[in-house]
Amino acid sequence: MSEKPIQREESFGYDRKTIDYIRNAAAHGLYEIRGMGAKRQLPSFDDLVFLGASLSRYALEGYREKCSTKTILGTRFAKKPIELDIPITIAGMSFGSLSANVKEALGRAATEVGTSTTTGDGGMTPEERQSSKTLVYQCLPSRYGFNPDDVRRADAIEVVIGQGAKPGGGGMLLGQKVSARVAGMRTLPEGIDQRSACRHPDWTGPDDLAIKIQELREMTDWEKPIYVKVGATRVFNDVKLAVHSGADVVVVDGMQGGTAATQTCFIEHIGIPTLAAVRQAVHALEDLDMKGKVQLIVSGGIRTGPDVAKALAMGADAVAIGQGVLIALGCNHHSYFQDGEHRIASADYSALGTAPGFCHHCHTGKCPVGITTQDAMLEQRLTPEVGARHLKNYLKTLNMELTTIARACGKQNVHHLEREDLVALTIEAAAMAHVPLAGTSWIPGVTGGM
Amino acid sequence: MDGLNFDLTEIPLRTVNDFLHKEAPGQGVKKVTIANPDGAHNIAVGLDFAVEVEVIGHAGYYAGGMNKAASITVTGSAGTGVAENMMSGRVHVKGFASNGAGASMHGGLLVIDGDAGLRCGISLKGGDIVVGGSVGSFSAFMAQAGRMVICGDAGDALGDSLYEAVLYVKGKIKSLGADAQIEPMGEADLKTVKDLLAAAGMNHDPKDFKRVASARSLYHWNADANQEY
Ligand code: SF4
Repeated sequence: MSEKPIQREESFGYDRKTIDYIRNAAAHGLYEIRGMGAKRQLPSFDDLVFLGASLSRYALEGYREKCSTKTILGTRFAKKPIELDIPITIAGMSFGSLSANVKEALGRAATEVGTSTTTGDGGMTPEERQSSKTLVYQCLPSRYGFNPDDVRRADAIEVVIGQGAKPGGGGMLLGQKVSARVAGMRTLPEGIDQRSACRHPDWTGPDDLAIKIQELREMTDWEKPIYVKVGATRVFNDVKLAVHSGADVVVVDGMQGGTAATQTCFIEHIGIPTLAAVRQAVHALEDLDMKGKVQLIVSGGIRTGPDVAKALAMGADAVAIGQGVLIALGCNHHSYFQDGEHRIASADYSALGTAPGFCHHCHTGKCPVGITTQDAMLEQRLTPEVGARHLKNYLKTLNMELTTIARACGKQNVHHLEREDLVALTIEAAAMAHVPLAGTSWIPGVTGGM
Repeated sequence: MDGLNFDLTEIPLRTVNDFLHKEAPGQGVKKVTIANPDGAHNIAVGLDFAVEVEVIGHAGYYAGGMNKAASITVTGSAGTGVAENMMSGRVHVKGFASNGAGASMHGGLLVIDGDAGLRCGISLKGGDIVVGGSVGSFSAFMAQAGRMVICGDAGDALGDSLYEAVLYVKGKIKSLGADAQIEPMGEADLKTVKDLLAAAGMNHDPKDFKRVASARSLYHWNADANQEY
């Protein structure tokens, strides 16, 4: 009997991923919760390229000539603005989602390269305060572990309105990660599936936020810069409102931004790409004549030196990195380094139903490489020393790439990179970033024909 | 130094707060009076030592916010977020309090002689709140620890998504929030209410109060419970 040929026409609308999604929903009656950021393809900084110097611009010698990376944040009202050696900062990530070792590693590396690190939901740990020369303290809707002593101990305060991975949503920490220490810091019963509020408890709109920011200023005698962080949605309006509310620094987190645990429907379907967000944010600052007076930090999918350079050229004063930092620490790597040897972690990835390179299982608390865990055994897979070394190398590399690009564009200061140095490779990127399509003077929606 | 008077029509609040943070603790200041607050926001925020502060009149937002150790009295009414995130000490509002009174308090005692607005005790993480009058809707939303005594009525959705905080209500409860339930008053509850009323200087019979606490059915994801996360 001759075998029938197998029909292999996959449905576009009901592909294997969608079939899996529907079967999972039918089996469990609960949506998927996962870590990391959007996995779908989005217009990004990869869709832009720099116009290096040639006859119309002078390049700087690539390795020797001075190219400043010094970055000052919080010059509007704070008596003590933040001074950083590089414009690349560590994004807010909580102790709870990350182990204490990782928080310490972040602080050590940031301090060594002269940048800041940021607390997250759940409060400040002594380890991160001690290891971080410059520490930004987040004031989040949950106020878990929020403590005036830590406000006083911080170098800057970041009022978090939203996060790129979940604008409009609160955080989550599943029970496996609510260890005794985490539960104690957050005043929660150990082992519960923790929900974080999505709105602040003591203010509701931008007029209230202005008073809240004043409270934080009064409380700290107007010394510390106040950042306001928004998840990228209606960025133009949100940035304007943040400025009106009195922010020294606005942080805009695009939809590629990561999370330790959020519903997939949030991660992939709410918010706008960082590329579109940064342009809107800069436009808002320019519209208010606040460019340079209120600083802009951009985050969400910043991975490489070129990403940093493009964000700065678009008008950001600095960037913040979360997922790239975790990957530098060993996230999604097939092995980890413990007791002087490299150990293979593939079996641990398999146990989670994933593999190195595909993992987004931070929510489980069983991170195979010891990063997003509270498990006493697993967290030993990453010591602060090893983590700090890798992270320092990563940040140094990004900074070297940044200055290389700046010099190629003829800039003695990375903050002199400008939108005029960029062109877009796709029509979408040109429209979002408001830079011309390469080889044309066409900016869709802004200028006329090609 | 025993007593100091500041008149906010003559001296900026920023100077007063700065003094209370920096110089007052070292100078042994025991009592401070703040006159003519005229609804100013952020009066006596972030205090960090045992001092008595009397605000004569009405305060705006966040009076006594993030207090540690100080005892602050507002003789009039207080705006949004009075005593928000208080760690210890005492804040006493002799009039009414607006929304979010005692929001995310970690410790200390907040006494409100009159009514409190929406979301009183929201995100409560410890400490005690005693309200002589009624509280608005969504009070004790996501309250994690600590105790609230409400001598009047409670609005809609009292104790929605409660964790381990316990609420005592004398009057009517318009509705309970998700996962909040009325439980029998035990001996320990009667004593708690009695002690808190005494600390607040209020006179009610503890037996007239109902206990509201978490049914703990939202502590873990559970599809069968039809949870709306
Ligand atoms: S390797 Fe660890 S940090 Fe990376 S995605 Fe998996 S669980 Fe998260």
